[in-house]
Amino acid sequence: MKMTGAQAIVRSLQEEGVEVVFGYPGGVVLPLFDALYEAEGIRVILTRHEQGATHAADAYARVTGKPGVVIVTSGPGAANTVTGIANAYMDSVPLVVITGQVATHVLGTDAFQETDITGITIPITKHNYLVDDARDIPEVMAEAFHIAGTGRPGPVLIDLPVDISRGEVAFSYPERVNLPGYKPTVKGHAKQIHQAASLIAKARKPLLYAGGGVLSSDGAKELKELAELMQLPVVATLMGKGAFPEDHHLFVGMPGMHGGKYTNYAITETDLLLGIGVRFDDRVTGKLATFATKAKIVHVDVDPAEIGKNRSVDVPIVGDAKSVLAAIVAELRKMGAEPKTDAWMRVIDDWRGRFPFHYHTSESAIMPQQVVERVRELTKGKPTVFTTEVGQNQMWACQYLRITEPRTWVSSGGLGTMGFGLPAAIGAQLGRPDHMVIDIAGDGSIQMNSQELATAAINKLPVKVIILNNGYLGMVRQWQELFYERRYSSSTLPQDCPDFVKLAEAYGCFGIRATTPAELDDALVAAFAHDGPAVVDVRVEREENVFPMVAPGGSIDEMLGGIPGGPVSEMLDEELLEEVWE
Amino acid sequence: MKHTLSVLVENKPGVLTRVASLFARRGFNIDSLAVGTTEDPTISRMTIVVSADETALEQITKQLYKLINVLKVQDLDPGDMIDRELVLYKVSALPERRHEIIEIANVFRAKIVDVGRASLTIEATGTGDKLAAMEDLLRAYGIKELARTGKIALARGSRDA
Repeated sequence: MKMTGAQAIVRSLQEEGVEVVFGYPGGVVLPLFDALYEAEGIRVILTRHEQGATHAADAYARVTGKPGVVIVTSGPGAANTVTGIANAYMDSVPLVVITGQVATHVLGTDAFQETDITGITIPITKHNYLVDDARDIPEVMAEAFHIAGTGRPGPVLIDLPVDISRGEVAFSYPERVNLPGYKPTVKGHAKQIHQAASLIAKARKPLLYAGGGVLSSDGAKELKELAELMQLPVVATLMGKGAFPEDHHLFVGMPGMHGGKYTNYAITETDLLLGIGVRFDDRVTGKLATFATKAKIVHVDVDPAEIGKNRSVDVPIVGDAKSVLAAIVAELRKMGAEPKTDAWMRVIDDWRGRFPFHYHTSESAIMPQQVVERVRELTKGKPTVFTTEVGQNQMWACQYLRITEPRTWVSSGGLGTMGFGLPAAIGAQLGRPDHMVIDIAGDGSIQMNSQELATAAINKLPVKVIILNNGYLGMVRQWQELFYERRYSSSTLPQDCPDFVKLAEAYGCFGIRATTPAELDDALVAAFAHDGPAVVDVRVEREENVFPMVAPGGSIDEMLGGIPGGPVSEMLDEELLEEVWE
Repeated sequence: MKHTLSVLVENKPGVLTRVASLFARRGFNIDSLAVGTTEDPTISRMTIVVSADETALEQITKQLYKLINVLKVQDLDPGDMIDRELVLYKVSALPERRHEIIEIANVFRAKIVDVGRASLTIEATGTGDKLAAMEDLLRAYGIKELARTGKIALARGSRDA
């Protein structure tokens, strides 16, 4: 069937089952937007900035498991997607980003709104294309979706010169793609799986360390099966939140810089650390030389390059987390292995009891942690997706929320992108229309993409933005307090500029403010009850810190703040230990 | 330690950039890189010489495999490969010294490919060691300009017999 290149792009999107496209039009991408005008089954969400479109697509992908799609114009439009693409790349999120480009005959001449976006995005895409023949479009589109969504997921960019989108294509969509250089390993090696199972069967103090790979492979069920079969405690990284129910008795928190003290003790003391879909990121490991030194390491990842990159491992397993977890469970069942972790769980429970997260409440000031706790209590049992901005707000969300379902937690992990939370909430709401979507925000971060309140209002997306407004770039201020002698260089933001309630109202959203603890619940309830998007400006205690905290480059069992406790060597209750190891 | 990587890639625009920028951004140093098509015109071979320890080499190899256009990466065994480089030397050569220089070229089985009023241009191929030895001798006469291809290499035939 003959059609234009632009129509072929739209047909390809339909073939891939794409229902939502996030984008922003401009000169050279007009043929494509024209083809989208009457496209059946595709809803186009016009954001207010291309960065917003990219983050929204990113979150849509995280909550649905399907690649997010972005369509923008050349030059500045394409360049504005760069932060969003880098964010998706760092967090292994499948995106297909289609950028308009100047016509092929002027490529390389610094034409109006020309930028070398394929060159710019080589380091932050899994792969990218500059299409120079309209007839290649179906094949390129099929490859892009295949590459984005399989193996270790990631963003793929397609740069589409305007003459190509006007060119002619005899459309036929390939049934399968042929990429000789791309064959991800899904199934783990049987020998390695047997080795891992044997280690689990005899370990006294094993620990599962779950990350985003469990979620992207849809392996939460298999993870729970393994944990429950062998009664293995589980820690989940920021990217892995939701991979294991956080109200489960085997859940031992988030490890790392702002993780639980008990979590970091468990990692430091474990004799078998099973990393599943994780990458031993520096925010988790702290000082590598002292990270989990007592443990044998099993590392499962679909990306071979992650295995051994930061930490040497004893049992490397290349494969998809879901498939490998299922294989380990089967192997353990075959071996008739029995759980041996009763004693170990008692040690961990003892730490958990002694070193919980805590903060001091006040009659007059709202504590930021209290806000997150109230949000948690008020949404308990209701289907909710949480997004976050970046900074203190994000860390408090990690510490005080309880994520119990996969793909209901959306946070910028690897890149730490301020401005992520609101557009992410918009994307998440489109992916999960039956969920309440809440953005735990900070007053700094929200201002980096607050223009997207318009997108939420116009598209009737009832997202709730809870701003922990402390009048600072809180995490920057915290570091300056701790490591720069309280010299608050460029980190102060007036709490009342902008007036967030008025800002919300200006966009047609509901706005409400809480300044005392007595007002907090009413404001939250009112926002949650409102049938459209809402902003809650919560004026919180200004100089509250996120504790406990591992100093940058420090060992993870030596944490600042929180309930006092030394390194793990001093934290082992000798009596309990003797009793439990007997 | 120096490694010679033989990397088969799809012969498509931009592949060289992808490979070169991967080395740069991951902090690996390229000593030399030579690229050309193979017996199959859709496939190119890149011969890349890098200095790296075992851990870094493993990471380089894995990162290369992550590039969609990379088909195969081989770390060639120095004891079981044929490697060659081609160098052009333009050497200062007044008529009275030409003879000596031509003799050096003959010893190394190099060819005189251009003769100027005050210079000779020599084409030499060989392994790094041989070319270094020759360069050392020519330096005494003054090397005005030098161009080299970078090493190319193949595993010896016994491997795939």
